[in-house]
Order: sequence, then structure tokens, then C-alpha cells
Amino acid sequence: MECFQAAEHLYHGHREDHQVDKDKQMIQLRDMTKVYPMGERELTVLRGITLSIEKGELVAIMGPSGSGKTTLLNLLGCLDKPTSGNYYFEGREVSGLNSNELAAIRGQKIGFIFQTFNLLSRLTALANVELGMTYVGGIDRRRALEALAQVGLADRVNHRPIELSGGEQQRVAIARALVKNPSFFLADEPTGQLDSHSGEEVISILTSLHAEQGITLLVVTHDANIAQHCQRIIHLKDGEVVGEESS
Amino acid sequence: MKKWSTFLSTVWLGLSTHKLRSFLTMLGIIIGVASVITLMSIGKGSTAQILSNIESMGANLMTISPSMSFGPGGVRGIGGGTQTLTMEDAEAISQQISYISALAPSSSSNLQLVVGTENTNSQVIGTTPEYISVASLNMASGAFFSEQEYERGAKVAVLGCDVAETLFGSANPVGQKMRMGNIIVTVIGVLESKGTGFNSPDATVIIPLTALQQTVALTRTAQGEKVISSIYLTVSDEKQADYVEAQITSLLRTRHRLASSDEDDFSISSMEEIASSLEETSSTLTLLLGAIAAISLLVGGIGVMNIMLVSVLERTREIGIRKALGAREQDIWSQFLIEAIFLTFTGGIIGAVIGWGISMIINHIGTMATLVTFDIVILAVSVAVGIGLFFGFYPAWNASRLNPIEALRSE
Repeated sequence: MECFQAAEHLYHGHREDHQVDKDKQMIQLRDMTKVYPMGERELTVLRGITLSIEKGELVAIMGPSGSGKTTLLNLLGCLDKPTSGNYYFEGREVSGLNSNELAAIRGQKIGFIFQTFNLLSRLTALANVELGMTYVGGIDRRRALEALAQVGLADRVNHRPIELSGGEQQRVAIARALVKNPSFFLADEPTGQLDSHSGEEVISILTSLHAEQGITLLVVTHDANIAQHCQRIIHLKDGEVVGEESS
Repeated sequence: MKKWSTFLSTVWLGLSTHKLRSFLTMLGIIIGVASVITLMSIGKGSTAQILSNIESMGANLMTISPSMSFGPGGVRGIGGGTQTLTMEDAEAISQQISYISALAPSSSSNLQLVVGTENTNSQVIGTTPEYISVASLNMASGAFFSEQEYERGAKVAVLGCDVAETLFGSANPVGQKMRMGNIIVTVIGVLESKGTGFNSPDATVIIPLTALQQTVALTRTAQGEKVISSIYLTVSDEKQADYVEAQITSLLRTRHRLASSDEDDFSISSMEEIASSLEETSSTLTLLLGAIAAISLLVGGIGVMNIMLVSVLERTREIGIRKALGAREQDIWSQFLIEAIFLTFTGGIIGAVIGWGISMIINHIGTMATLVTFDIVILAVSVAVGIGLFFGFYPAWNASRLNPIEALRSE
């Protein structure tokens, strides 16, 4: 096994220079495509995406609707499998994994933050945060309370989503992602449903988590305001990377 | 342990959100299990009653009765009944066969009984004084007739308790006179009730055979022997029952001059045989009742499946969220499967308690005996759980196969 890994390392090593820097690599996509069958025709959504994200980076993916942002996000979040190409997650090829192996990566490594929050309406804020730990090692209430305090909701733990404002709900969702210490945060239009004030709050929580804890965060967004907080912006159009800018 | 409590709280969450719906789903199972238990308990109860009736008649009782035969010894009666057993047969058995503790020949007729303005028709059994011990009867009042009364053909009668009540009401019948057919008899005793079971003496009148002959002449066979309707006897040692039966068979075949190719013109049945055949019939009946009730359990199971399918559909988004948070397929299906099993198990337990209660009530107020045994309860509850497992499987599997992306997108 070790021998095999060493061989693989060598093989990639001489083809890709930055593969040597494996420890810093969070995500690497190589020529990834996604094609959906649509009856008799095929719909190509991603046409060979190659990009990489390093640990501790704060990256935004921007693009008009229909550019393939959501599809890319689903693939990055291990919710879906690419049609072709490679996806290395922390150096491990994950595009060929089965649904349970992908579930394990989602559970242990990825913290999702959705546009629509996706909290369970029947559960309190605390229980929703605990849900984040249910499938990875079990519930630790102290840790859940800590995470809620971190997003400034220490006094809202027993409120249900309906009793919380949109901004507060999104902060519960951030706490739910935070609670399991994922290697990678994936946010899909995190401010898309919020007013500008709550949006600012959510952005400042995310940026301060990045600044203080060095989390790796990828944000898919329309919102130029978020993008300007990011170190790097990847522009997507018609399923292809059309440009990158760094600040 | 911690994992389990998390798991159970997840399941509880799913069910408690729709309390009424969960209850209605459970109701199907409750009714199913309750009816299985009630009906099976009625079946079991009647089996037990039949067996205890037989027990009360004496387990070592043997009955010899005539059977259809065309052999040379048989004489066909006017009514079509065979008349092959005789008083002389009974005497021969009692003298020649060992291991017999008591023996009573009997002849019975249906006669009209009249007391004042009351009158009724009843089976009148003419027999010997030994009948009381052979049929293990007990006296409620008065006495059974004695050897002397039998010898001189005394016109005395012992009444079954139902007959006594019909004719005399609450008055004490002992010492009263009563017309029976064309003779007048004196009541000398009343029998204790044996219940409404098999071969109960409650509706009969017992008189000396010698007295019965005075009102109904006994038919005689071609050999001039007095025809009787049956012979009752008790075996002193139960282990010798088969031996006694064989001895009697060979004696009667000789006496009836049957050729070796002829069939017996009589039949011997021991209580044990009757008991086992009745028990078999009754268990079949119990099973049948249970099977009918099980249909409602099946319908309840389909209800569970229906609700689980609705529930999966309704919670598609929740399933998507759980999957995004790392739930594997088995986490999802076990959640739904446990929900289904929880519903049917709880329903089964409640149904068992209700079924047990209903059968207790039937036992107390009704005429039917019921018996709830532990094995019925275990069976009914485990069938209910099995139904949950079976009908919950498909919805649970459906849930686990949902695509997380589509599930997250659903409303």
C-alpha cells in the first residue's frame, strides 16, 4: 500500500510541480466535466474545470446564472460525482468514491452553509447545531453551545428557526458547520436571502473565522460585496473558468 | 449508549411532529393485535373449557356404544339405530374383564315429564346405581338410587339441575312426585351442575333401568337378550386402558358371533381419545379465528407503509440536509425503519393490553370462557413488529436512495 502511494506520488510529482506541495493543498480539480443526460440530448454544464485551493484560503466563485456555479458547488461538496476529470480532496482522489464514502467526507471534512439555511424547523437552534455532529462521532453539547456562542447566539439556544431572524438562522447554520471542525467550508450564496445588515453580519462572522481560525472557505456568490472580502475570485462562465483575480 | 439515545431522539422527533397521524397509524395495529388476542383467547378458552369438562367426567371413562354393522349379531332398530349391545354383554364384561372399577349399562329415551302445570321433554337415562361413580356425578341434594331400589324397580328419579329448575322452580323437588311417560316417579335427588359442556347431565333425568323398563319396554335381540343403548365403565388403572379395550373387543366379538372378516358392531371410545380429537378441532378453530383477525393486522401494516411513504415524501428536504451533514444510506433507512417498528411495537403492546382487557370482560360478563396465554401475546406483538419491518422497509429504502441534491432542492 505504502509502495503504491509512493509510486503515485512520484507519478504525479513529475507531471505537476505544485503536487509536491501536497500538505498545503486543500482542493485540486483537474479537467473536471459534468454532463447531464436530458432525454436524447446531453447538457454539458461544466467543460473541463481545473483549479486548486490551498488550505486557509478564502476564495469566491462568481458567475452569471447558468454558468455552472451550483453544479461546481455540488461536486466540490461531494454531493455529486463528476462525469470525467479528477477531484483531489486533501490529496485524495474522491471522484470515484461510492455514496457512503462521499457521505463520510461530507460528514467529517465539509461544512455546508446554504442560501436557504436548511435548518430543521422542528428543532431548536441547539438541536440543529447538534445535528451537525450526529453523523460524525456523536453529540457533544458543550461544543455545540461553544459554537453558538462563537456566532453570537448564546442567548438564543432554545429558539426554533421560526423564532429567529434570517441572519440569526444563517448564524445557526454556520455554528452547525463549525461544530465538527471541518477542513473546508462551502458556502452557497450565504447572504442571498438576507437584508444587507444581516448579510454584513454573516460576512463578518465568516471573515473573522477565516482571520482568527484560518478556516478554508469557498463562497459561491453573485454578491460583489462578499467577493471583495476574498483573497481570490474565480470567474465562471458557460461551464468554464474565464478568469481569476487576486486581491 | 450515547449513539442510541441520539438515534431514539431522532426517531421520536419524526413521530412526535405528527402525533395524531402517528396515533392513527398505530390504531390499525392496535385493532389488529387486540382482535387477534381476543379471538385467540376465546378459542383457547373454549378448548380449555372442553378439556376441563372432559376431565370432570373422569379421564379414565370408557364408553361402549353400538355401531352400524350388517353382521349376523346385529338387528336394525325401527328408528334406524343399531341395537347390538345388550344387558348380557354388560354383565359378561363386568364378570370377565379385569381392571374395571365400575360399570353401568344404560338405556335412554326421550320422555315427557309433567309436574302440575309444568311439563317438559327430557332425556331419561335408565341405568344402575354404579352410574354415579362412573360418570363422576355429585349430588346437590337428596341421594342417588340404591342397589335395593334398582333391584325392585323402584319408581324413583334423580334430576339434572336444569330439569329440576324447569319443573319445580325454586321449590325443593326432593320427595315430590312427577309423571314420566305413563308412570309416576318420586324425585329422590338433584345432581350438581356440570356446566353446559360436552355430555353434561344437567338436562337429563336418571332412573333405575329396571324402572325405565316399566314404561318403555326394552327391545330384545334374536337371542332374547335385552338391548341397551350404551355401556359406561371406568378403568381402575389408566395404563391398562388399551389392554381393557382389546379384551372387551374380543369378548364382544365372540358374544356377537362376528366372523374375523366382519367389522365390529360396536365402538369403544375412551375419554382420552375424545379429548384429543376435540382439542384438535378446537385448536383448528382457534387458528382460524386468529387468521381472520390477522387480516386486520395486515391492513394495519399497509396503513403503516402508506404513512411511512407520505412521511418520506414530506421529509425529503430533511433527508437532504441529513445527507449533506454526512448521513450514510444506512443512517437514513435505519431511522425510518426504526420509526415504523416503533409504531408497530407500541401499537402491538397497546393492542395486547386492550385485547387482554376485552377478553377479561368477555370472561366476566359473557357465557364464553376466554384464556389469554403468554404465547399468544408474544406472537401477536412480534407479528406486529414483523409487519412494521416488512412494510417499513420499502419506504425506508426509498428515503435512503434519495439524491441529496434533489432532496435539498425540494420544498
